[in-house]
Amino acid sequence: MNDDAFISMQALGKRFGPVRAVDDVSLDIRRGEFFGLLGPSGCGKTTLLRMLAGFESPSSGEIYIDGQPCATVPPYQRPVNMVFQNYAIFPHLDVFRNIAFGLRKERLGRTELAARVNEALALIKLEGYGTRRADELSGGQRQRVALARALIKRPKVLLLDEPLGALDKKLREQMQIELRQLQKSVGITFVFVTHDQEEALTMSDRLAVMSEGRVLEVGAPDALYERPETRFVADFLGTMNFFPARVRSREGTRLCVDAERLGRIEVAAGEREFAAGDAVVLGIRPENIRMRAGRPEPAPNMVYGELSDAAYLGDRAHLYVRTPGAEQPVLVAMQNLDGAASTATHGERAVALQWSERSVLLLRGD
Amino acid sequence: MSAHPTGRFGGLGVYAVAYLTFIYLPVVLLPMFSVNDAVYVAFPLKGFTLQWYREALAHEAMLSALWNSIKVGLIVSVIATSLGMLAAKALTRYRIAGARAVIGFLSIPLVIPLIILGISLLVVLSQMGIDLSLATIVLGHVVITVPIAMFVLMSRLEGFDKSIEEAALDLGETPWMTFWRVTVPVALPGIVASLLLTFTLSFDEFLLAFFLAGDQLTLPIYIWGQLRFPAKLPSVLALGSMIIVGTFVLVIVAERIRRGGERRT
Amino acid sequence: MATTLPRTPSAEPPAGVLARWRRTLWASESARGYGLLSPTLALLAVAMAAPIVVLVGLSLWTQVDGGYDKTLTLANYETFFDKRIYPLILWRSLNISAAVALVTVLLAYPAAYFIAFKVTRNKMIWLILITLPFWTSYLLRVFSWKIILGYNGVINSGLIWLGVITEPLDFLVYNVSAVVVTLAHAWAAFAILPIYVSLEKIDRSLIEAAHDLGEGPVMTFLRVTLPLSLPGVIAATLLVFIPTVGDYVTPKLVGGNTGIMIGNLIQSAFGRGDNWPLGAAISVVSMLTITLAVCVFLFGVSRLKALLR
Repeated sequence: MNDDAFISMQALGKRFGPVRAVDDVSLDIRRGEFFGLLGPSGCGKTTLLRMLAGFESPSSGEIYIDGQPCATVPPYQRPVNMVFQNYAIFPHLDVFRNIAFGLRKERLGRTELAARVNEALALIKLEGYGTRRADELSGGQRQRVALARALIKRPKVLLLDEPLGALDKKLREQMQIELRQLQKSVGITFVFVTHDQEEALTMSDRLAVMSEGRVLEVGAPDALYERPETRFVADFLGTMNFFPARVRSREGTRLCVDAERLGRIEVAAGEREFAAGDAVVLGIRPENIRMRAGRPEPAPNMVYGELSDAAYLGDRAHLYVRTPGAEQPVLVAMQNLDGAASTATHGERAVALQWSERSVLLLRGD
Repeated sequence: MSAHPTGRFGGLGVYAVAYLTFIYLPVVLLPMFSVNDAVYVAFPLKGFTLQWYREALAHEAMLSALWNSIKVGLIVSVIATSLGMLAAKALTRYRIAGARAVIGFLSIPLVIPLIILGISLLVVLSQMGIDLSLATIVLGHVVITVPIAMFVLMSRLEGFDKSIEEAALDLGETPWMTFWRVTVPVALPGIVASLLLTFTLSFDEFLLAFFLAGDQLTLPIYIWGQLRFPAKLPSVLALGSMIIVGTFVLVIVAERIRRGGERRT
Repeated sequence: MATTLPRTPSAEPPAGVLARWRRTLWASESARGYGLLSPTLALLAVAMAAPIVVLVGLSLWTQVDGGYDKTLTLANYETFFDKRIYPLILWRSLNISAAVALVTVLLAYPAAYFIAFKVTRNKMIWLILITLPFWTSYLLRVFSWKIILGYNGVINSGLIWLGVITEPLDFLVYNVSAVVVTLAHAWAAFAILPIYVSLEKIDRSLIEAAHDLGEGPVMTFLRVTLPLSLPGVIAATLLVFIPTVGDYVTPKLVGGNTGIMIGNLIQSAFGRGDNWPLGAAISVVSMLTITLAVCVFLFGVSRLKALLR
């Protein structure tokens, strides 16, 4: 076993009848990490999380937590606790008893129990809320109670199922920061599930992108965003312009390709084994394309086009530029630096698009 | 929502009120004639009296039948609610293959003609040499009340977030302790409602009791016996009115508890 | 660089029969669910299903002096069809129940419609009001109708007192109509609840769409509401029809001689008639006939649906 791996999932699979919800997943999560499982709905991330918690038992494979195998261990015997999507606050108990619920087995004295619970309440900044009931709390408060209830047991791993899904935007942004701070201060390994890629990118130390039961890629947020290896991940994180292309020739580590809508350009081959004649796909993020008005001098990594549509978003603009070769426009995201986006939106129709070579992503063609 | 410009109590409302009258008519007559100062149940009303109530309550036989009905009702309600709770938990919390078939099977007592249920139980019991008694009545009543208990509890269990039970498991409680610390308290309104409803059903049930009774009578059987005596008629009416009022109260209480619980979740 | 982690060499997962068995048992949610269900299923299997099977068995024996002749025979069934009274009464019972189901459903539908569509607040109160009487003793309710319809009963004495008639009407009770009226009243709640539920579930925007497309209230009802409420109507019909076929109390109290139903014949075979195997046979034939009638009904409904499509 990888020494670094605090949680190790090996060849994990879960079937519901003919459906493979989780398909041969092997994943290692390091101690103290804030790890995200990201993917569209139905990709298996929640099933994977529930297997870690013990609510689904794997059809195949094994799970190790801190070296102990636990695929067959029931949830009440695992050193793992979960914050549920709807928080699952016990409606018949007040906040104090909710938080203290899991401590029954430890048979603490009244003063000690009160001390522990108050400590937890302080951690989540809800001191004095002990006698409130669930229906008297806001969504954000209920989430914090759920967190305290789980963390007071000092688990080795904390699982969070779509932790911010039920919160409104402002609260969500605030909680993203709070959760990261909380995790750093308690030092516990957090594993969370989300379909919101912004959330995943913001909170994770590392994340895994899943689709159709499989893990496609794992890595740090910047690595996955800037250098994805699969088309799915490139598309799922942020927005991406895709340009089907064909390799014309190869010289050492450089490829010359004919790309749709971009023309003939050169890209770095990296470690890929592409040869002349191969079909590839180039990807360039909208924020990595510069749009200039008019017809500047031709240069490498430049193409002329017509501005066909624009959406002004305040802090930036989304500009749609038609270039020769295909109907579909290229999407350019321009930051509204000193009003640049506003000018561009209402400016000339004849434009030129420019990008740097290192921002071009090279992916295998279909 | 409709295209009618008429007010709330349009034609349909009149009908509804008439329907309600039709439903309540027989039920209202009983109390009305139970205080009527006459032996025959006929118009015109002759005067107010409580003598029929006094007569009804003085009867040894009636009081003992009443006591039997209460005993049977209590035992039936506890057993039926427990069994119904197990079934409801299984059907709402677990993915069971063939769940619909199971529900169908467990609903059969609701649609089968009671007389067939009664005689088939009678046949089996006599073949096995078991004497008829209050216990055999309990058996029959449990069979017909379990489906009701199950449905009441299922609707209650489906009404609350099942992840609170998972949360309890996650926090270290075994399934057994989870049941007592979480499921029962939260489902309590449903449990109480089920207890009250099954008690009422058993208390009022005649046909099965009639077939499965030994020496000890239940109240409906007693009433049945009284029906052939015209002079006893008014005291039967008095008895019936008391039962009706009692049942009304129980059912209303059950409904209130059930809804009070729902509001809290 | 983003990359998928290589598969790490793993230690052997715990082997052994016990571990694998525990895994399957825990893994099988179905098995655990059935474990919980087992007491309830067992009770109904033992106290409902098995007795019915025994009943069928009993119907194949014959009653002789002092006991049963246990040789299997269809003699009782022959008796059933030979003595004209049994098929006749069974047929009559089916008709009575069908009439009761029809009347009950027809009467209940508008009331259910009213609560579902015209009542905006406190629907529950209306429902409770309507169903409350049915939680009281069935026996007492039938008895009330006996008092109402009787020769010296409420209707007659009331009409005489008001001067409408001079002699009591003697056709009110102890006949088939009395049975139908009483049963229709007794089972009203069983009809109104399923119909209400299915009407309540109808998406109101469908009705609005029909109005928007030009249909008036009546046509909207016929083309949208009624078809969508059909499952509830069917459920109500069956819920009333099936149990009433074998009813005993109502025909006994208000049916007189002409209003006898199959339940009375069954009871008498087990009572004074003292021919339990025959009673069992009558019951079995009744159950089969009811099942057949239900199948015919459902088949008819599905054909009707296909025709109207």
